[in-house]
Amino acid sequence: MGVGSFFTSKLDEAIGWARKYSIFQYPFVTACCGMEYMATACSHYDIDRFGAGLPRFSPRQADVLFVVGTISHKLAPVLKRVYDQMTEPKWVVAFGVCTCTGGFYDNYATVQGIDTIIPVDVYIPGCPPRPESVIDGLMKLQDKIAAQAQRY
Amino acid sequence: MDGAAILERLRGRFGGDVVETHDHRGDHTAVVTRGALPRLLAHCHDERPLAFDVLMDLTAVDYLTYPGREDGPRFEVVYHLYSLAHNHRLRVKVRVDEDDAVVPSAVDLWPIADWFEREVWDMFGVRFSGHPDLRRLLLYEEFIGHPLRKDYPIDRRQPLIGPTV
Repeated sequence: MGVGSFFTSKLDEAIGWARKYSIFQYPFVTACCGMEYMATACSHYDIDRFGAGLPRFSPRQADVLFVVGTISHKLAPVLKRVYDQMTEPKWVVAFGVCTCTGGFYDNYATVQGIDTIIPVDVYIPGCPPRPESVIDGLMKLQDKIAAQAQRY
Repeated sequence: MDGAAILERLRGRFGGDVVETHDHRGDHTAVVTRGALPRLLAHCHDERPLAFDVLMDLTAVDYLTYPGREDGPRFEVVYHLYSLAHNHRLRVKVRVDEDDAVVPSAVDLWPIADWFEREVWDMFGVRFSGHPDLRRLLLYEEFIGHPLRKDYPIDRRQPLIGPTV
Protein backbone atom coordinates (compact mmCIF):
# COMPACT_ATOMS: atom_id res chain seq x y z
CA MET A 1 0.00 0.00 0.00
CA GLY A 2 2.81 2.35 0.98
CA VAL A 3 4.72 1.83 -2.22
CA GLY A 4 1.63 2.30 -4.41
CA SER A 5 0.56 5.59 -2.83
CA PHE A 6 4.14 6.87 -2.92
CA PHE A 7 4.37 6.29 -6.64
CA THR A 8 0.92 7.77 -7.39
CA SER A 9 1.70 11.00 -5.60
CA LYS A 10 5.03 11.43 -7.35
CA LEU A 11 3.50 10.72 -10.75
CA ASP A 12 0.82 13.31 -9.95
CA GLU A 13 3.50 15.88 -9.28
CA ALA A 14 5.34 15.09 -12.49
CA ILE A 15 2.15 15.33 -14.52
CA GLY A 16 1.13 18.52 -12.75
CA TRP A 17 4.54 20.03 -13.47
CA ALA A 18 4.24 19.09 -17.14
CA ARG A 19 0.69 20.33 -17.45
CA LYS A 20 1.29 23.68 -15.80
CA TYR A 21 4.02 24.50 -18.33
CA SER A 22 2.09 23.39 -21.42
CA ILE A 23 -1.01 25.54 -21.27
CA PHE A 24 -2.73 25.71 -24.61
CA GLN A 25 -5.26 28.48 -24.32
CA TYR A 26 -8.43 29.12 -26.20
CA PRO A 27 -8.88 32.93 -26.19
CA PHE A 28 -12.62 33.65 -26.17
CA VAL A 29 -12.18 37.36 -26.82
CA THR A 30 -15.27 39.54 -27.04
CA ALA A 31 -14.36 43.04 -25.90
CA CYS A 32 -11.75 45.63 -24.95
CA CYS A 33 -9.98 43.26 -22.54
CA GLY A 34 -8.71 41.58 -25.69
CA MET A 35 -6.22 44.41 -26.17
CA GLU A 36 -4.72 43.74 -22.77
CA TYR A 37 -4.71 40.03 -23.49
CA MET A 38 -2.75 40.72 -26.68
CA ALA A 39 -0.31 42.95 -24.80
CA THR A 40 0.26 40.18 -22.29
CA ALA A 41 0.66 37.53 -24.95
CA CYS A 42 3.16 39.48 -27.06
CA SER A 43 6.88 39.83 -26.60
CA HIS A 44 6.97 42.59 -23.98
CA TYR A 45 5.26 40.53 -21.27
CA ASP A 46 5.55 37.23 -23.11
CA ILE A 47 3.40 34.55 -21.51
CA ASP A 48 5.44 32.02 -23.46
CA ARG A 49 7.78 32.24 -20.48
CA PHE A 50 5.06 30.38 -18.58
CA GLY A 51 4.52 27.80 -21.26
CA ALA A 52 1.32 29.47 -22.36
CA GLY A 53 2.56 30.91 -25.61
CA LEU A 54 0.46 29.01 -28.12
CA PRO A 55 -3.21 29.88 -28.36
CA ARG A 56 -5.31 27.25 -30.08
CA PHE A 57 -8.28 28.36 -32.10
CA SER A 58 -10.12 25.12 -31.72
CA PRO A 59 -11.54 24.30 -28.27
CA ARG A 60 -10.79 20.63 -28.93
CA GLN A 61 -7.05 21.36 -28.78
CA ALA A 62 -7.15 23.73 -25.80
CA ASP A 63 -6.57 23.23 -22.07
CA VAL A 64 -7.51 26.63 -20.69
CA LEU A 65 -10.46 28.73 -21.76
CA PHE A 66 -9.60 32.41 -21.45
CA VAL A 67 -12.90 34.28 -21.37
CA VAL A 68 -11.82 37.81 -22.22
CA GLY A 69 -14.53 40.44 -22.28
CA THR A 70 -18.22 41.01 -21.68
CA ILE A 71 -20.51 38.04 -22.26
CA SER A 72 -24.07 38.85 -23.27
CA HIS A 73 -27.00 36.53 -22.69
CA LYS A 74 -27.19 35.96 -26.42
CA LEU A 75 -23.58 34.76 -26.46
CA ALA A 76 -23.95 32.59 -23.35
CA PRO A 77 -24.95 29.39 -25.21
CA VAL A 78 -21.97 29.83 -27.54
CA LEU A 79 -19.58 30.10 -24.61
CA LYS A 80 -21.13 27.04 -22.99
CA ARG A 81 -20.79 25.07 -26.19
CA VAL A 82 -17.14 26.04 -26.59
CA TYR A 83 -16.51 24.95 -22.99
CA ASP A 84 -18.28 21.65 -23.57
CA GLN A 85 -16.15 20.94 -26.63
CA MET A 86 -12.91 21.19 -24.68
CA THR A 87 -11.40 17.89 -23.60
CA GLU A 88 -10.43 17.07 -20.04
CA PRO A 89 -8.41 18.23 -18.22
CA LYS A 90 -9.62 21.79 -18.73
CA TRP A 91 -9.58 25.03 -16.82
CA VAL A 92 -11.31 28.39 -17.17
CA VAL A 93 -9.92 31.86 -16.54
CA ALA A 94 -12.33 34.78 -16.16
CA PHE A 95 -10.37 37.71 -17.58
CA GLY A 96 -11.58 41.17 -16.55
CA VAL A 97 -14.33 42.33 -14.27
CA CYS A 98 -17.09 41.82 -16.85
CA THR A 99 -16.49 38.09 -16.99
CA CYS A 100 -16.06 37.91 -13.21
CA THR A 101 -19.28 39.70 -12.23
CA GLY A 102 -20.74 41.54 -15.19
CA GLY A 103 -18.84 44.66 -14.13
CA PHE A 104 -20.72 47.89 -14.50
CA TYR A 105 -22.96 46.32 -17.14
CA ASP A 106 -25.72 45.65 -14.65
CA ASN A 107 -28.34 45.55 -17.37
CA TYR A 108 -30.71 43.39 -19.37
CA ALA A 109 -28.12 42.21 -21.88
CA THR A 110 -25.11 41.09 -19.85
CA VAL A 111 -24.38 37.84 -18.05
CA GLN A 112 -23.62 38.70 -14.42
CA GLY A 113 -20.45 36.65 -14.20
CA ILE A 114 -19.60 33.67 -16.40
CA ASP A 115 -19.64 31.40 -13.35
CA THR A 116 -23.41 31.40 -13.80
CA ILE A 117 -22.77 29.36 -16.98
CA ILE A 118 -19.49 27.45 -16.58
CA PRO A 119 -17.13 26.69 -13.67
CA VAL A 120 -14.27 29.18 -13.25
CA ASP A 121 -10.82 28.40 -11.83
CA VAL A 122 -9.15 31.80 -11.70
CA TYR A 123 -10.70 35.26 -11.63
CA ILE A 124 -8.60 38.19 -12.88
CA PRO A 125 -10.35 41.43 -11.95
CA GLY A 126 -9.60 44.78 -13.52
CA CYS A 127 -11.10 46.95 -16.20
CA PRO A 128 -9.08 45.86 -18.04
CA PRO A 129 -6.51 44.03 -15.87
CA ARG A 130 -2.93 45.11 -16.40
CA PRO A 131 -0.59 42.50 -17.88
CA GLU A 132 0.97 42.05 -14.41
CA SER A 133 -2.43 41.01 -13.06
CA VAL A 134 -2.87 38.61 -15.95
CA ILE A 135 0.50 37.03 -15.31
CA ASP A 136 -0.35 36.84 -11.61
CA GLY A 137 -3.59 35.07 -12.52
CA LEU A 138 -1.76 32.74 -14.87
CA MET A 139 0.73 31.81 -12.12
CA LYS A 140 -2.13 31.16 -9.70
CA LEU A 141 -3.62 28.88 -12.31
CA GLN A 142 -0.27 27.11 -12.67
CA ASP A 143 -0.14 26.59 -8.90
CA LYS A 144 -3.64 25.19 -8.99
CA ILE A 145 -2.83 22.86 -11.89
CA ALA A 146 0.32 21.61 -10.19
CA ALA A 147 -1.37 21.06 -6.83
CA GLN A 148 -4.56 19.34 -7.92
CA ALA A 149 -5.11 15.62 -8.16
CA GLN A 150 -4.27 14.69 -11.73
CA ARG A 151 -6.48 12.54 -13.86
CA TYR A 152 -4.87 10.79 -16.79
CA MET B 1 -36.36 72.63 -50.32
CA ASP B 2 -35.83 74.02 -46.84
CA GLY B 3 -37.47 72.49 -43.82
CA ALA B 4 -40.17 75.11 -43.36
CA ALA B 5 -41.28 74.71 -46.97
CA ILE B 6 -41.41 70.90 -46.56
CA LEU B 7 -43.63 71.25 -43.50
CA GLU B 8 -45.82 73.77 -45.37
CA ARG B 9 -46.19 71.35 -48.25
CA LEU B 10 -47.15 68.49 -45.93
CA ARG B 11 -49.68 70.63 -44.08
CA GLY B 12 -51.23 71.70 -47.38
CA ARG B 13 -51.42 68.16 -48.63
CA PHE B 14 -52.47 66.30 -45.49
CA GLY B 15 -54.28 69.02 -43.53
CA GLY B 16 -55.42 67.88 -40.11
CA ASP B 17 -53.46 64.64 -40.31
CA VAL B 18 -50.35 66.68 -39.62
CA VAL B 19 -51.10 67.06 -35.93
CA GLU B 20 -48.20 69.28 -35.01
CA THR B 21 -45.05 70.72 -36.53
CA HIS B 22 -42.06 72.36 -34.99
CA ASP B 23 -38.44 73.11 -35.71
CA HIS B 24 -35.48 73.29 -33.42
CA ARG B 25 -32.19 74.75 -34.65
CA GLY B 26 -33.00 73.92 -38.24
CA ASP B 27 -34.34 70.40 -37.62
CA HIS B 28 -37.95 70.20 -38.75
CA THR B 29 -40.43 67.77 -37.34
CA ALA B 30 -43.94 66.77 -38.33
CA VAL B 31 -46.15 64.77 -35.96
CA VAL B 32 -48.76 62.90 -37.98
CA THR B 33 -51.71 60.62 -37.31
CA ARG B 34 -51.22 56.91 -37.66
CA GLY B 35 -53.92 56.68 -40.33
CA ALA B 36 -52.13 59.11 -42.62
CA LEU B 37 -48.63 57.81 -41.92
CA PRO B 38 -48.28 55.38 -44.87
CA ARG B 39 -49.57 57.95 -47.34
CA LEU B 40 -47.38 60.69 -45.90
CA LEU B 41 -44.24 58.54 -45.92
CA ALA B 42 -44.98 57.41 -49.49
CA HIS B 43 -45.44 61.04 -50.45
CA CYS B 44 -42.11 61.97 -48.90
CA HIS B 45 -40.44 59.06 -50.65
CA ASP B 46 -41.97 59.38 -54.11
CA GLU B 47 -42.50 63.07 -54.85
CA ARG B 48 -39.64 64.55 -56.88
CA PRO B 49 -39.33 67.82 -54.88
CA LEU B 50 -39.04 65.84 -51.63
CA ALA B 51 -37.32 62.62 -52.77
CA PHE B 52 -36.54 61.27 -49.29
CA ASP B 53 -34.68 58.23 -50.53
CA VAL B 54 -32.86 57.43 -47.28
CA LEU B 55 -34.40 56.33 -44.02
CA MET B 56 -31.56 57.38 -41.71
CA ASP B 57 -33.14 56.07 -38.56
CA LEU B 58 -36.33 54.62 -37.23
CA THR B 59 -36.68 54.44 -33.48
CA ALA B 60 -39.16 55.01 -30.68
CA VAL B 61 -39.50 56.95 -27.44
CA ASP B 62 -41.34 55.86 -24.32
CA TYR B 63 -43.05 58.85 -22.69
CA LEU B 64 -44.34 56.89 -19.69
CA THR B 65 -42.61 59.08 -17.11
CA TYR B 66 -41.89 62.14 -19.22
CA PRO B 67 -42.94 65.30 -17.32
CA GLY B 68 -46.13 66.66 -18.83
CA ARG B 69 -46.64 63.68 -21.13
CA GLU B 70 -47.62 61.01 -18.58
CA ASP B 71 -51.25 60.95 -19.68
CA GLY B 72 -50.76 61.20 -23.42
CA PRO B 73 -50.04 58.38 -25.88
CA ARG B 74 -47.22 56.39 -24.43
CA PHE B 75 -45.02 55.77 -27.45
CA GLU B 76 -43.73 57.92 -30.23
CA VAL B 77 -42.22 56.23 -33.30
CA VAL B 78 -39.70 58.50 -34.99
CA TYR B 79 -38.57 58.46 -38.63
CA HIS B 80 -35.50 60.39 -39.71
CA LEU B 81 -35.60 60.98 -43.46
CA TYR B 82 -32.85 62.28 -45.70
CA SER B 83 -32.76 63.13 -49.38
CA LEU B 84 -29.49 62.52 -51.20
CA ALA B 85 -30.76 64.45 -54.23
CA HIS B 86 -31.72 67.59 -52.32
CA ASN B 87 -29.58 67.26 -49.20
CA HIS B 88 -32.52 68.00 -46.94
CA ARG B 89 -33.91 66.26 -43.90
CA LEU B 90 -37.19 65.72 -42.13
CA ARG B 91 -38.26 64.07 -38.90
CA VAL B 92 -41.67 62.40 -38.83
CA LYS B 93 -43.28 61.22 -35.61
CA VAL B 94 -46.37 59.18 -34.94
CA ARG B 95 -47.91 58.64 -31.50
CA VAL B 96 -49.44 55.34 -30.38
CA ASP B 97 -51.05 54.14 -27.18
CA GLU B 98 -49.66 51.26 -25.17
CA ASP B 99 -52.71 49.01 -25.61
CA ASP B 100 -52.73 49.58 -29.36
CA ALA B 101 -49.04 49.91 -30.11
CA VAL B 102 -49.14 49.08 -33.82
CA VAL B 103 -47.72 51.19 -36.64
CA PRO B 104 -47.93 50.48 -40.39
CA SER B 105 -44.63 49.12 -41.68
CA ALA B 106 -42.40 51.20 -43.95
CA VAL B 107 -40.52 48.22 -45.40
CA ASP B 108 -42.10 48.68 -48.83
CA LEU B 109 -40.65 52.18 -49.10
CA TRP B 110 -37.26 51.65 -47.49
CA PRO B 111 -35.98 48.05 -47.16
CA ILE B 112 -33.75 49.11 -44.26
CA ALA B 113 -36.93 49.62 -42.23
CA ASP B 114 -36.99 45.82 -41.89
CA TRP B 115 -34.26 45.73 -39.25
CA PHE B 116 -35.15 49.10 -37.72
CA GLU B 117 -38.68 47.92 -37.08
CA ARG B 118 -37.50 44.63 -35.67
CA GLU B 119 -35.26 46.57 -33.29
CA VAL B 120 -38.13 48.81 -32.17
CA TRP B 121 -40.28 45.73 -31.61
CA ASP B 122 -37.42 44.14 -29.67
CA MET B 123 -36.70 47.11 -27.44
CA PHE B 124 -40.08 48.83 -27.08
CA GLY B 125 -42.70 46.23 -27.99
CA VAL B 126 -44.23 48.37 -30.72
CA ARG B 127 -45.56 46.20 -33.54
CA PHE B 128 -45.45 47.02 -37.24
CA SER B 129 -48.37 45.80 -39.31
CA GLY B 130 -47.38 44.47 -42.71
CA HIS B 131 -43.82 43.71 -41.67
CA PRO B 132 -42.63 40.53 -43.44
CA ASP B 133 -40.81 38.97 -40.47
CA LEU B 134 -41.27 40.75 -37.15
CA ARG B 135 -38.87 38.88 -34.87
CA ARG B 136 -36.56 40.22 -32.20
CA LEU B 137 -33.38 41.60 -33.75
CA LEU B 138 -30.80 42.00 -30.98
CA LEU B 139 -32.18 39.92 -28.14
CA TYR B 140 -33.16 36.26 -28.20
CA GLU B 141 -36.62 34.79 -28.50
CA GLU B 142 -36.73 33.57 -24.88
CA PHE B 143 -36.26 37.12 -23.57
CA ILE B 144 -39.23 38.32 -21.51
CA GLY B 145 -40.28 41.96 -21.89
CA HIS B 146 -38.92 44.91 -23.82
CA PRO B 147 -35.90 46.44 -22.08
CA LEU B 148 -36.04 50.04 -23.28
CA ARG B 149 -39.53 50.54 -21.88
CA LYS B 150 -39.37 52.88 -18.91
CA ASP B 151 -41.15 50.37 -16.67
CA TYR B 152 -38.65 47.59 -17.38
CA PRO B 153 -36.81 46.98 -14.08
CA ILE B 154 -33.16 47.80 -14.57
CA ASP B 155 -32.02 44.90 -12.39
CA ARG B 156 -34.34 42.21 -13.76
CA ARG B 157 -32.54 38.94 -14.44
CA GLN B 158 -33.58 36.99 -17.49
CA PRO B 159 -33.59 33.19 -17.58
CA LEU B 160 -30.35 32.02 -19.16
CA ILE B 161 -30.86 30.20 -22.40
CA GLY B 162 -29.65 26.64 -22.36
CA PRO B 163 -26.53 25.25 -24.01
CA THR B 164 -28.46 23.18 -26.54
CA VAL B 165 -30.10 26.21 -28.17
